[in-house]
Amino acid sequence: MNTPAPAALARFQDAFAHALLEPLAEPASTVTALASQPGFTVYRNTVMKGCIDALQANYPAVARLVGEEWFRAAATIYVREALPAESTLLRYGASFADFLARFVPAAELPYLPGVARLDRLWTESHAAPDEEPLDPAAIARLAPDTLARAILHPHAAARWAWFEEGPIYTIWSCNRAAAVPAPELDWRPEGALLARPRDAVEWIALDAAGCAFLDACAAGGTLDAATRAALDAQGDADLAQLMSTLLTAGAFSRMSFMHETPGRERS
Amino acid sequence: MVLTAGLSLKPQHYNAALACPAAGLWFEVHPENYMVDGGPRLAWLEAIRARHAVSLHGVALSLAADAEPDPAHLARLAALVRRVEPALVSEHLAWSTWRGAYHPDLLPFPRTNESLARIADNVCRAQDALGRRIAIENPSHYLEIAEHAWDELAFLKELARRTGCGLLLDVNNVYVGSRNLGYSAENYLDSFPGDLVMEIHIAGHTPDPNLGESLLVDSHDAPVAPAVWALYERLIERIGARPTLIERDDNLPDFATLLCERGRADAVLRAPLARAA
Repeated sequence: MNTPAPAALARFQDAFAHALLEPLAEPASTVTALASQPGFTVYRNTVMKGCIDALQANYPAVARLVGEEWFRAAATIYVREALPAESTLLRYGASFADFLARFVPAAELPYLPGVARLDRLWTESHAAPDEEPLDPAAIARLAPDTLARAILHPHAAARWAWFEEGPIYTIWSCNRAAAVPAPELDWRPEGALLARPRDAVEWIALDAAGCAFLDACAAGGTLDAATRAALDAQGDADLAQLMSTLLTAGAFSRMSFMHETPGRERS
Repeated sequence: MVLTAGLSLKPQHYNAALACPAAGLWFEVHPENYMVDGGPRLAWLEAIRARHAVSLHGVALSLAADAEPDPAHLARLAALVRRVEPALVSEHLAWSTWRGAYHPDLLPFPRTNESLARIADNVCRAQDALGRRIAIENPSHYLEIAEHAWDELAFLKELARRTGCGLLLDVNNVYVGSRNLGYSAENYLDSFPGDLVMEIHIAGHTPDPNLGESLLVDSHDAPVAPAVWALYERLIERIGARPTLIERDDNLPDFATLLCERGRADAVLRAPLARAA
């Protein structure tokens, strides 16, 4: 199949974009001579610095854990793999946690991908749509049989995760707040909830029951189903305390009800 | 109220910016930093907009790319324009997004008939989507591009003629380019079409760490240089007052220091405004 030759401007941009990330321009391209001028380095440096600065801003707990030098060296490799797909750099680095999980020099830091995931959840919560959190009093007013049919909808800014691999939440929250972690970490699974109950992102530790409960709510399950999921995850869960914790944290935005007929829902 | 000198708005200075009562003060942001669904960023911008005029200075429409502006990006920009009702909207004579990848810089291109036609089409698309006239900024230059068929001033004038756009004149970019490529900044500025200038930028630059004074970098991380102040004063003397931004993006001092630098530009603008009154 014949494809039309790209226009001169497009050829220029293909070659220029290539030369920004590669030490050598493609031979005999329209930008070979440009890339050898000293000023070309300004563009190379600015593009790389802009991407790395954005990653460092988006992953502050990771950067604090590994130090700026290590972080920026790792980020340089990531940028060459994955330039930003859009100009809102707040959202840059969606695959950074996955990158760290397969980044050989990070193999001795098994908690690093989890910490990166929490940094990412913070960003998602920070930029999520505005919604009023559900008023806890609305639940307190419900009769028990109505309560079982209630569906609690997670708030647009609520993010939660369970980390089987270790105390990721403790490590993350200490570094996010620039605090000093306890000298002896209790190495066991942890979960976390991030939400915006007021204007800014806030976070709390969340147990396995809480994470399972929110997973069930996000899947559209009733309070009854979410409660069963929580107890399956953690037999000794204190459900009254859990509900109070989630409501105070701003985990929900609104409530709807499953009809008596299974499978039908009304708001 | 007449807009005189403005400042780049940075999160570190939100509280001070909100409270500042300086007459004629306005704030400029990169709209890309506020293209979010909700949350504290937008809330802050709206709070500041309730007290001060705001300018949206885009860096990512990529008008000089050989492609139409990304419709999703343009739609988000249009939504932000509706939300913020900015006093000014501007973009660059440059490209940054290409084949789906965003390069966070303002990249050069050969000024040819082909690129002029493409950019004019892109500026028209942007102005149609936003429902308003935008100002296009002259970029900094670091490269000798042999393929240029147009000089920059003629190119900008023709772009404005074809699209009805205005111009954003960055005096620091003119100075940096003149030093890097060896032309006269005074001649460039003396020939710049003053009637098209909607906004002016002045900023600090730094010598390249390896090459020193032979390569100046438009780094926005230092106070405005004396040579740029002199060019700016000469320009205002010729064309009159225009909203002028102290464009500081990096190595930020405290707000009071920026406000002091902004006061100098404000004073330069007050003289022609007083004469005109």
